[in-house]
Amino acid sequence: MSGGWLSRLTAGLGRSAGRLGGQIGAVFTKRKLDQAALDELEDLLVAADLGPVVAGEVTERLRADKFDRDVTDEEVREALAGVVAETLEPVALPLNIDRSNRPHVILVVGVNGTGKTTTIGKMAKVLIESGEKVVLAAGDTFRAAAIEQLTIWGERVGAEVVARDVGADAAAVAYEALARAREIDADILLVDTAGRLQNKTGLMEELAKIGRVIGKLDETAPHDVLLVLDATTGQNAISQVEVFRDVAAVSGLAMTKLDGSARGGVLVAVAARFGLPIHFIGVGEGVDDLQPFDAGDFARALTSP
Amino acid sequence: MFDSLSGRLSEVFERLTKRGVLSEGDVDAAMREVRLALLEADVALPVARDFIEKARAQAVGQDVLRSVTPGQMVVKIVHDELVTMLGEESAELDLNAPPPVAVLMVGLQGSGKTTTTAKIAKRLVERDRKRVLMASLDTRRPAAQEQLKILGEQAGVPTLPIVEGQTPVAIARRAMQAAKLQSIDVVMLDTAGRLAIDEALMAEVAEVKAESQPYETLLVADALTGQDAVTVADNFNKRVGLTGIVLTRVDGDGRGGAALSMRAVTGCPIKLLGVGEQLDALEGFHPDRIAGRILGMGDVVSLVERAAETIEEEEAEKLARKVQKGQFDLEDMLGQLRQITKMGGLEGLMGMLPGVGKMKQQMADAKIDPALIKKQEAIILSMTQGERHNPKVIHASRKRRIATGSGTSVQEVNKLLKQHKQMVTTMKKVNKLGKKGLMRHGLPGLS
Repeated sequence: MSGGWLSRLTAGLGRSAGRLGGQIGAVFTKRKLDQAALDELEDLLVAADLGPVVAGEVTERLRADKFDRDVTDEEVREALAGVVAETLEPVALPLNIDRSNRPHVILVVGVNGTGKTTTIGKMAKVLIESGEKVVLAAGDTFRAAAIEQLTIWGERVGAEVVARDVGADAAAVAYEALARAREIDADILLVDTAGRLQNKTGLMEELAKIGRVIGKLDETAPHDVLLVLDATTGQNAISQVEVFRDVAAVSGLAMTKLDGSARGGVLVAVAARFGLPIHFIGVGEGVDDLQPFDAGDFARALTSP
Repeated sequence: MFDSLSGRLSEVFERLTKRGVLSEGDVDAAMREVRLALLEADVALPVARDFIEKARAQAVGQDVLRSVTPGQMVVKIVHDELVTMLGEESAELDLNAPPPVAVLMVGLQGSGKTTTTAKIAKRLVERDRKRVLMASLDTRRPAAQEQLKILGEQAGVPTLPIVEGQTPVAIARRAMQAAKLQSIDVVMLDTAGRLAIDEALMAEVAEVKAESQPYETLLVADALTGQDAVTVADNFNKRVGLTGIVLTRVDGDGRGGAALSMRAVTGCPIKLLGVGEQLDALEGFHPDRIAGRILGMGDVVSLVERAAETIEEEEAEKLARKVQKGQFDLEDMLGQLRQITKMGGLEGLMGMLPGVGKMKQQMADAKIDPALIKKQEAIILSMTQGERHNPKVIHASRKRRIATGSGTSVQEVNKLLKQHKQMVTTMKKVNKLGKKGLMRHGLPGLS
């Protein structure tokens, strides 16, 4: 992979961070931190999708510290980065592959269009490059051409894809894929699923079923359930995490599309509220554009000028 | 799970409507709440600011302060402003041009362009009797062209044959030529998802536009979008020039602030809503309905529609009739309890009823959980049919019998009866609103 991943992330986040940082700069260049200034800061944080709770936290901290004092935009950025990093630090955890699982099963879930299939493709690439044997399960049997899409990814990265026809039972596909992965002694099985809105109870039940059915072959599986969040999503991401966690036992998060103008600040709110590990971020459509999540870098990128 | 904008506003206005005189300070307090609620609902900051300014300017006017019920005035102003912001009339697709008319679909990755393309095509074929051709210009995402082809087969709409290696502009040209030869009325051009800040790709879509001269250029946007909605809508509008917006995933539980933002920033009407994964799940946009829902008027139509999805249709109609007549008895409540999990839980259901912020809180306090629903089911099952239809006859000795029969206590039986009573009251209020309209009578007093 070319370039340090921090530079890639900074480049990816550059546009959005630039805006946020710039706005803070505009508000706070040498001025008194009074109520009006705090209100403005809170607004800026809300505009970055951080959510009212986190926005309130940051402004409170500033008030306690520096109320009515002359502050520079540097200090403000520092404080903001501090709170953001502090919230994210404990959840910035890599996805650990347990060697004793033969294979380690990762179920990938999320609402429609967040980038599950693409994330799986990128994850497979990373894993295969580090020497793992990976099998993909085309569990999105609903959306037209989803199976083809995953199959193409499989060919690109060199992973075997287990697929059935459109309309097949996703749980059956996952089961078959697990059986196959065992047969060829694969290290990791990545199971794609159809996108579903979290308020569709029937579809959410189907996810729970996939888990149960896989469990028949290996009662510890799935070992990880990765929820893919879209950085453009606003506060609804909170509801997504809550429901998917409850129904599908989500064990970790990935956030995609951070290379756009969306700032993904809701991730901070999500971290504060649920404390689920954040494993990856997606910063582009390329096969190499999946990066491990780093709290400090994320916070700095979000608040840099 | 979440405190909806409607819930929040109804709380604010509940306080307001209880006051006889409305001071400027009251309006300010209300507007602060409205503003925060809008932000929580993902309405973009500049849009929320603008909205508050307009609404506030009107609210502090003399007419309001002198009117008999100033709180209601504020509600009306906020509602009217919301409708204005959303676009007062519902706008349809405009295809009034010499055929073949091109419709260009643009948007971010994963916003639902391909599915929406097929939905619109299906609607044009079936409802408007148009001859439609679909073409996928998405040469980037693996199997995207294949996806549109499959959807075309499902929808009964022809798609342009896939030729490997062609550029999007070349495909657009080929599609327009094919349409001319086959006397096609409408050509739907699906494009690859692109970031609004990706210069190269935005230039590409501008080129496609120049080639195909579309009469409609629709931005397909996710209703769950956050603050980024303004950037996206603004960039696409400036670079490509939009004629309308299609909001997708409106069937999610997002609060839809993006709708307000994008409408306000681009000035383009929201023309259609995607409300499900099936190809016929496409609806026209009704600003008044959405504004009403945001303001806590509830949405009985949606409630019945949602019920129909999970309950059998007949049963839904029966329920709707009963709700309308205020004849919702314990037997119906039993049915409801059994449907609750299917329908997305109590909160999903209650979210559609007006002024339920407070009740939702009570429910949260009461810690309603699936086990409790089971218990309640048992209580009702321990009643006779007569008792279920006419709960008034349930007095002390009957309560004891029911409690014993269901393995619960008299208190729990009482609680259930009280809850039923509350539901009936709420439903009556919904009906009153439906008949008389909210604005003339103010929000239902929640007390």
